[in-house]
Amino acid sequence: MRLDQRLIAEMIAPKARVLDIGSGDGALIDYLFRTRNCDARGIEIDMKEVTRSVAHGLPVMHGDADHDLAHYPNGAFDYVVLQRTLQAVERPREVLRQMLRIGRYAIVSFPNFGHWRLRLQLLFSGRMPMNAVWHTPWYETPNIHPCTIRDFLTLCQEEGYIVDRWLAVDEAGERAPWRRSIRLANLFGEQALFLLSKR
Amino acid sequence: MSYARLEEGLTLECGSVLAPLDVAYRTYGQLSAARDNAILVCHALTGDQFLAEQHPVTGKPGWWSRMVGPGLPIDTDRFFVICTNVLGGCMGSTGPRSLQENGEPWGTDFPPITIRDMVRAQALLLNHLGIGRLFAAIGGSMGGMQVLQWVATYPERVFAAMPIATSPFHSAQNIAFNEVSRQAISADPEWHNGRYWDYGAVPARGLGVARMMAHITYLSEEALTRKFGRRVRRDPAIKGDTALEPASLFGEMFEVESYLRHQGSSFVRRFDANSYLTITRAMDYFDLSAEYDGDISAPFLGCKTRFCVVSFSSDWLFPTSQSRLLARALNRAGVNVSFVEIDSDRGHDAFLLDEPDFDRTMRGFINGAAEHAGLGKAG
Repeated sequence: MRLDQRLIAEMIAPKARVLDIGSGDGALIDYLFRTRNCDARGIEIDMKEVTRSVAHGLPVMHGDADHDLAHYPNGAFDYVVLQRTLQAVERPREVLRQMLRIGRYAIVSFPNFGHWRLRLQLLFSGRMPMNAVWHTPWYETPNIHPCTIRDFLTLCQEEGYIVDRWLAVDEAGERAPWRRSIRLANLFGEQALFLLSKR
Repeated sequence: MSYARLEEGLTLECGSVLAPLDVAYRTYGQLSAARDNAILVCHALTGDQFLAEQHPVTGKPGWWSRMVGPGLPIDTDRFFVICTNVLGGCMGSTGPRSLQENGEPWGTDFPPITIRDMVRAQALLLNHLGIGRLFAAIGGSMGGMQVLQWVATYPERVFAAMPIATSPFHSAQNIAFNEVSRQAISADPEWHNGRYWDYGAVPARGLGVARMMAHITYLSEEALTRKFGRRVRRDPAIKGDTALEPASLFGEMFEVESYLRHQGSSFVRRFDANSYLTITRAMDYFDLSAEYDGDISAPFLGCKTRFCVVSFSSDWLFPTSQSRLLARALNRAGVNVSFVEIDSDRGHDAFLLDEPDFDRTMRGFINGAAEHAGLGKAG
């Protein structure tokens, strides 16, 4: 499992009802079911991954964050997880609203566009940054709404969401030490992970 | 032919009573001591109970022999599989061909039945067999309608449900196709207002045409093109090989025509015209939301059954959009649902054919559900 998935799993209480949006190969829901006894389900846009997950006995729906969340009832889940997908959805603000409508908590991870290397690349080359996380050229990237950690916090403030926990990590899998300073996290964190709830 | 005679009978939705009621069925595998490993497989419009064995009339393998058996996705080494001939059918269950009290066949006097009536007849059979709860109900097309109706009627009796290539209601287009089939049958001169047995006749041409038309809707354009293209065969019955004979408009036949004629004529040998009318009408009536103001999720509110909804990408009779509608309605009801569209170019019939992704999905869903049901790991 990827590091951000392990960190997400740590945030989830045993026996919780979990919806994993963008469940990919189903690794997280499988882990949550087997180690935490969770009622975990997935939504995945890539049909090959859906078929693979269902063939492994995992409950996964073909669908996407923009169009399918509206069909779940209020409070259907304890946690709704969105892994590395926020930047790729059509309406991130609406997706967050739906997540906190159908779940008590939203867990959101996204790659931080404010990382210093991206800033430097743009500053010195004058071209769209490319690295291990942002690895597709601008004309074919699925990431239509990249944001920084500070951007995301501003959105949470505007929407009145409570940030119950947050952390920044680097791609090598280390938890970043600048946990108290958002400014530093925004500069040095490659991935951000947020646990949100509604007031 | 094994069947259960259920003396208590069944009161149909229309109010008529069928007593006694015969339900013909076949079983495969062993019922566990705890009676918790039963899977009901529901057949489509023209299927029957001969699921995984040689068909007594056609001599062909059962319609899902590739899916049901030892070690196969529906594994008869683990599960006790039951398949019934539907109510209104013509392979041993009570239907238009059965005799009334006066010794006459029912024919067109057979009361109108619904998918729910079919399901209630199956439930009576399960009671008779001492099976309270199904581990799973699985079926494609009309079989999928029965699966949905099973959960809607007896949510506590079905642990897992797999409706395949189906829909929560029969669409106007589907009803339209069925009506063309029915008109073909009743336009046959041998129809005799449905009392064809009085004349020692069967409306073979009409039933054959009905089957030909329906068969086209089961395939896809790609499948027909790949299988037949525009290839032509000379019909030996019409023309010899000599070039001296004059050509005629129908002197030769496209392969696809020949195939459809074969489908039509072999169907007539194993199916009854009045059954065809009764069952197509039952499909037309099917609408899970009818009693709930059009809300498809209403029948599934609070339901604990695990669902896996499956569609096929080239199915234009029961398109993926209808399965998605169903999957979303199940989500609205808070049901645990998986939804997969299998990529296939073979149309509606793909669920009967060799589609490895479909087999994997079936096996995975059953094994996953068995794990949740505490039935233990696959052997």
